[in-house]
Amino acid sequence: MRTGRRKEKSKVRKIQQKAPEIKKAYEGWKRNKYAKALEACASPRAFTTVSGRKIKELYTPADLPRFDFFRDLNFPGEYPFTRGIHPTMHRGRLWTMRQFSGFGTAEDTNKRYKYLLAHGQTGLSVAFHLPTLMGVDSDHPLAKGEVGKCGVAIDSLADMEVLFSGLPLDKITTSMTINAPAAILWAMYIAVAEKQGVSPKVISGTIQNDILKEYIAQKTFVFPPRPSMKLIVDTFEYGAKEVPRWNTISISGYHIREAGATAVQELAFTLRDGIEYVIWGLERGLEIDEFAPRLSYFFNSHNDFFEEIAKFRAARKIWAEVMRDRFGARNPRSWWLRFHTQTSGVSLMAQQPYNNVIRVALQALAAVLGGTQSLHTNSLDETFALPSEDAVTIALRTQQILAHESGVANTIDPLGGSYFIEALTREMEGEAKSYIRKIDDMGGMVRAIELGFPQKEIGDSAYWYQKAVDAKEKIIVGVNAFEMEHEPIPLLEIDEAVARQQLARLRSVKKSRELTAAKRTLADLKKAARDDQNLMPHLLKCVKAYATLGEMMNALKDVYGEYEEPVTF
Amino acid sequence: MLDKKIRVLIAKPGLDGHDRGAKVICRALRDAGMEVIYTGLRRTPEEIVSAAIQEDADLIGLSILSGAHPILFPRIIKLLKEKGAEDIPVIAGGIIPEKDVPRMKKVGIREIFLPGTSTRDIVGWIQKHIEKGQKKRRNPLTCPS
Repeated sequence: MRTGRRKEKSKVRKIQQKAPEIKKAYEGWKRNKYAKALEACASPRAFTTVSGRKIKELYTPADLPRFDFFRDLNFPGEYPFTRGIHPTMHRGRLWTMRQFSGFGTAEDTNKRYKYLLAHGQTGLSVAFHLPTLMGVDSDHPLAKGEVGKCGVAIDSLADMEVLFSGLPLDKITTSMTINAPAAILWAMYIAVAEKQGVSPKVISGTIQNDILKEYIAQKTFVFPPRPSMKLIVDTFEYGAKEVPRWNTISISGYHIREAGATAVQELAFTLRDGIEYVIWGLERGLEIDEFAPRLSYFFNSHNDFFEEIAKFRAARKIWAEVMRDRFGARNPRSWWLRFHTQTSGVSLMAQQPYNNVIRVALQALAAVLGGTQSLHTNSLDETFALPSEDAVTIALRTQQILAHESGVANTIDPLGGSYFIEALTREMEGEAKSYIRKIDDMGGMVRAIELGFPQKEIGDSAYWYQKAVDAKEKIIVGVNAFEMEHEPIPLLEIDEAVARQQLARLRSVKKSRELTAAKRTLADLKKAARDDQNLMPHLLKCVKAYATLGEMMNALKDVYGEYEEPVTF
Repeated sequence: MLDKKIRVLIAKPGLDGHDRGAKVICRALRDAGMEVIYTGLRRTPEEIVSAAIQEDADLIGLSILSGAHPILFPRIIKLLKEKGAEDIPVIAGGIIPEKDVPRMKKVGIREIFLPGTSTRDIVGWIQKHIEKGQKKRRNPLTCPS
């Protein structure tokens, strides 16, 4: 469409010619009209985002010097994908409604999954309890008091079989939030599918499997960085060959943000983690287009509405450039930043908990307008406990109302072209790239983590924010303003009986399995780890012999050691 | 004579890895002129009590978000008694449902700071209720272990 392009280009040029005029007029307006009127208002507010970014009173074309529609935006599904990775985006298919969920025993969680699917959820997301996240069984001394509290208790394949009982793994996609033991849980999932008669070539889902952000933020690390990266690349390699519809990693900013990072720090550290994973994959000898299309992302959707939308758009643009230009990926699928979003947990307040429904709705809206592929909305009671059935229903309905009543998904990237959004997108892109260069100069992300760099940045941001809240420079409704008493709300409680049940099942699994066979698979696993082989086939053998999670992790701890983080604050 | 600072041990019991709050508290207390020792993540009740005694803490602050407090808090208080260190007061914060607060206080937690509490209020509480070196001097070599 050459004529169309020429017309478009001349239109752009005309706007650019007007830019100096507009700039001059804006400065006049600001000085003579706005500033004078503001004096009379005596408004003491600081106009900053939750990250502390200063926002101007007004944005005009003058804020977008040399803006180029084709270079900076282009169309959905066209490089650099600022407006969206697919041509159709939410018009072709709504984002997946995928509520992160898990508590108590596998039976309890299986029930909740069926409830959520029956009420319109379109994908599963597994929350494991802390012992599983840390690779210990429910009978480990450190598991005392923790069984089933933060997520579902999974000690062996037997539990996974119950978790997915009655859930056809060829028809649903599942995301599993698991990091240090990700390869093991993935092996369990593959084994459950096989038992259902579903081939690994068909199953689809995601394992979070992003260890870098563990050292930076979430802290559910077990092994040191290098062996952990090795395990992750094993999953890239195995997935590319055997489980092609699986996202072997969900490179996460969510936790980095929850730990206290600003929006730009979330954006930059997450993307730089992604770059690190690509570098390690290439060092293994994998072809970029072999594994890059199965890298996925996971972002936070926090309070500042426009900053979040700009963040998502900047993320797509930066990643596309990185993949095409820095790494030379040729398959356009390698350039797509596909992401899941979760609304911010840390922004929910214990005081007047019903207010959280509004917070979540606004954050969810930002994620939709930002073009997310998948979304989890938090429940109003999560400052106290895991979601009750009533609370998670409201969270799910929030997404459904957005999708079907608000009209926001009728057009793609509706805020594209807004002077504010485009200026903010560009600003965040520039700042994120600076951080990325800085980490490159340090020697990469593993090195930056060893130096404590992202951890310190985050700690400083978290402290700055708390001080601002304490000083009422940042207002939180119900907490440091508009405070009032509220009635206690009903909460989900996890009985200690869950622990007793789980321990009984664990004993029974250990009794009924063929112990010699299980021990042999564990010995083979250890040897494979020492020989630096891809561990996935060995883990599959272990899980099928009903080796427990703790047993497999212990075998690997013997080879890889354990990571102890330097204690700083 | 040197003005002694209040020594606070901030601890993360159990498997919970959420340390944003604990670290913010550490910095706030340090900025308020206290000496702060942070245990780091995933400490057992035994390790926490032992550290508090060894570090000569005037106060223990427990940070927990995992819901394991009904098991871990009583264990920590019991161990402090067994080691003859029950005079070290213990406060807590994190995710502790309001309805658990009375029970935890009965177990022996002096005060619980729920989400939304400002660091100023926590510092204020400590300055009001905790005296520097108020617990008896304890020799870790001779005390029961």
